[in-house]
Amino acid sequence: MDFENGNVKLTVEGDTLFAYISGEIDHHSAKSVRESIDTALVSYSPDVLIMDVSGITFMDSSGLGLVLGRYTKTSEAGIGFFVTGVGERIEKMFDMAGLYRIIDYKEQKDEKNM
Amino acid sequence: MKRICENTMKAEFPSLSCNESLARSLISAFVMQLNPTVSELADIKCAVSEAVTNCTVHAYRDSVGTILMTAKSYSDRTVRIEIKDRGCGIEDVTRAMEPLYTTDRESERSGLGFTVMESFCDKLRVISKPKKGTKVTLIKTLSKICSAT
Repeated sequence: MDFENGNVKLTVEGDTLFAYISGEIDHHSAKSVRESIDTALVSYSPDVLIMDVSGITFMDSSGLGLVLGRYTKTSEAGIGFFVTGVGERIEKMFDMAGLYRIIDYKEQKDEKNM
Repeated sequence: MKRICENTMKAEFPSLSCNESLARSLISAFVMQLNPTVSELADIKCAVSEAVTNCTVHAYRDSVGTILMTAKSYSDRTVRIEIKDRGCGIEDVTRAMEPLYTTDRESERSGLGFTVMESFCDKLRVISKPKKGTKVTLIKTLSKICSAT
């Protein structure tokens, strides 16, 4: 399954849903990304959600809300949740928000079975 | 040494969410003239995005109002940005500025808007009156330009 909608591309590989986020993530764009991922979580019931944020060129606290919201949703549903492709800028935001204390970070997506 | 205001900008736009990126573009173009570092520019863009989003999400809520953004640059490389609305105002500014505090949990607001502004700028001032509006002032002094050797 491949699905692309503006700032998000969704791919299912086995039991994993990959969400490739790109472009500018603010309050305006975060809504449709959130809706697309949540719809795919219901439709495909994956065991793991991996959010790849390497394509993001700008992110404010709306992006943090997007990540935290998906963390909450997947936790409640017993789905594994990882974030990958975190660049310097997003790392600064994550550090500020203390996201690393609760969210698992992956260097590369092929490490998912480690 | 007395610092001198070298450049100014004023912009007015409706509180539509699509104008969050417009505000970022405007402030980027203004600050770019000062030759900021990549990090400084990203900090300012992010802080402005937060302030404008607050106007859209909180100040005007279900209505559309006017957002006024002014920017000034000074001879000591300080940038002063004001973002003003005439929306609902903030009842308790101290509480609103607490990390993770939000009145809009439903829309997945992280409650980190003011924390971002505070972290990414040197100074943040918030003046608000309920039913009158809010003025957010962001101040950041850019690092000195290193001359090529």
